[in-house]
Amino acid sequence: MSERLRWAARWESGLAVVVVVVIIAVVGVSVSSQFFTSNNFFNMGLSNGEIAIMTLPMTLIVISGEIDLSVASILGLSSALLGVLWARHWPMIGIFALIAVVGLAAGAVNGLLVTRVGLPSLAVTIGTLALYRGIATILLGPSTVTNFPTTYTNLGVNAVPFTGDAITYSTALFLVLALVFGVVLHATPFGRSIYAMGASQEAAQFSGIRVKRIKTILFMVSGLVCALVGVLWTFRLDTAVQNNGLGLELAVVAIVLFAGVSIFGGKGSILGVVLAVLAFAGLQNALLLTNFNQEAAGIVTGALLLLSVFGRNLASLSAGLRKRIPTRPGRSVADPSQVTPTATTPP
Amino acid sequence: MSTALVSRSERPPAPAGTGARKLTERAFRIRESGIIVVLLVFVAITASIQPRFLDITNIQFILVNTTVFALLALGETMVVISRNYDLSMGSVLGLSAYLSASQFGQHHGIPIVVVFLIGLGIGLACGAANGIMVSAGRVPSLVVTLATLYIIRGIDILIVGGNEVVASSLPAAFLNIPKATVLGIPVLAIAIAVVVAVGAYYLRSFRSGRELYAIGSNPEAARLAGIPIGRRVLVAFVCSGAIAGVAGVLWAAQYGTVDSTAGTGYELQVISAVVVGGVAIFGGSGSAVGAALGALLLNTISSALYVLGISPFWDQAIWGFLLLLAITIDRLISVRLTAALRVRGARHE
Repeated sequence: MSERLRWAARWESGLAVVVVVVIIAVVGVSVSSQFFTSNNFFNMGLSNGEIAIMTLPMTLIVISGEIDLSVASILGLSSALLGVLWARHWPMIGIFALIAVVGLAAGAVNGLLVTRVGLPSLAVTIGTLALYRGIATILLGPSTVTNFPTTYTNLGVNAVPFTGDAITYSTALFLVLALVFGVVLHATPFGRSIYAMGASQEAAQFSGIRVKRIKTILFMVSGLVCALVGVLWTFRLDTAVQNNGLGLELAVVAIVLFAGVSIFGGKGSILGVVLAVLAFAGLQNALLLTNFNQEAAGIVTGALLLLSVFGRNLASLSAGLRKRIPTRPGRSVADPSQVTPTATTPP
Repeated sequence: MSTALVSRSERPPAPAGTGARKLTERAFRIRESGIIVVLLVFVAITASIQPRFLDITNIQFILVNTTVFALLALGETMVVISRNYDLSMGSVLGLSAYLSASQFGQHHGIPIVVVFLIGLGIGLACGAANGIMVSAGRVPSLVVTLATLYIIRGIDILIVGGNEVVASSLPAAFLNIPKATVLGIPVLAIAIAVVVAVGAYYLRSFRSGRELYAIGSNPEAARLAGIPIGRRVLVAFVCSGAIAGVAGVLWAAQYGTVDSTAGTGYELQVISAVVVGGVAIFGGSGSAVGAALGALLLNTISSALYVLGISPFWDQAIWGFLLLLAITIDRLISVRLTAALRVRGARHE
């Protein structure tokens, strides 16, 4: 693949998300005059804020070459803890502290099993997906805890002051965290080493990057953030049940992949993920405004995911055809020309 | 390399290759017999506390409940062995379950065989779509099947709407499929055992089956060896789709009521069963029999908890713990094995 083509492919992948966001905005405006109102932005934030926050640590983990499918279960576990302890009249500060510790510990279990025992993260986090959700189920059983203090539940349903009633607290938190994660990922040695280990774990290890430690930290951050999201989720709905956030992990992964983060690691950016979150939220919202069956909105999400990946592959496919390789290279991970460029010249 | 191994383990001198192969084969056998041992221990403990667990009706119940999962596990095994994943199985099952079972209400007196063929056809179509996108489109299977998980479930929801197929609209002969027994053993369980055995034999002894293992253990080497990777992977996806389609019809026969949520979340449960059954998640090793035993083990545990009066709320946590335990033990064994075989360049995952 020629150097120019590679640049073009990279540009396309970034541009693709921007184009999709614009298209969705145009479609959204044309289907309903409600689309570009502060009230509607508020609703978008309300229904997507928590998922949006969870995409940030997931982005870092996927770029490092791993995956965390237990995010929604950590959310559920944190929600269940909040419910159980509140029902036992613990002070809120104590509950928050414990939830933070549990979130960190949940992430640490994932991270240690992946890095120290050497297990594939896909299998480990499918296991902890069941385990953490299972613990949440044991804690709460069939019961539901409601009536949290209004000081806290208001955080879930009110707008941040001085923002014209357009920004929910979850949206604000997402924006702040996106900035933090973006700076860490793109402008610190820590962040750069995440790309390096995603592109080639062995090369990163030999160049002195503490791959195992950094990956464990990433999983712990993910655990902490998801535990926090569990608290937000519980306050927004004013309900702690064992199936809070059930199945969200795949939505989170879908957004991250849609943003152009490579499932094999080493590629992707926080800006892309923020745009992908916008696209996802806008799409859900536009479908809602057109009275499309909300439960079937997955069709559009899935189609968008496929289109974005195929769009990205077009450039490399045409390059491959031009070289007339008799048999197709099986998977892009085995194709070094696709992995190495980002390792040396990350976007 | 393996000559050192032979002399150290004080075996009679053998050609270098066979020593290594025997050791590997033994490890595979240990993996499957390991599940059987765990299964037997679990059954023994449960039965000693609560003899009702060994009632013929309870055993029949467990076996019938396992059939759908064991079938799905066979399909997923074929895909996982080739270092791919099929996350769409639950959605395919749901779509097939509704579309096939609803035929009974729309066309009275439609033969049951035709209904199974409809389920098979739906599964084939979905599997082919997955397979073509993965092999021709060169998109990672995790991404493709994550997308089709949503798309197929969405189509299911659009078709089903708020409707559901109720048991009263289904013919008795259809609902009796899971209930028929021979010598106390459910016919369905026997049929599925045969299917799994055929699948395992194909993977183990047919050239194209063996090639799936080769693709899974090293795609690049497989390509250089002239294996048509695209075609093999396509076939694996078509098989797993077809299996999910048929499993959907069986699901409908077993539960009687089908709405748009049928099979939701099965994808991760099936992968759990496959991994507990000893199929390596990065491909290249494992067997269909192991995967089916994994499904049986997980179902037996759920049933045992129920019989012991432990709240079903413990199910999921125990499943998760068991999965983690299984992969950890596998890893420790394979580290030992790798050290024993002294294979250089073993995968560092």
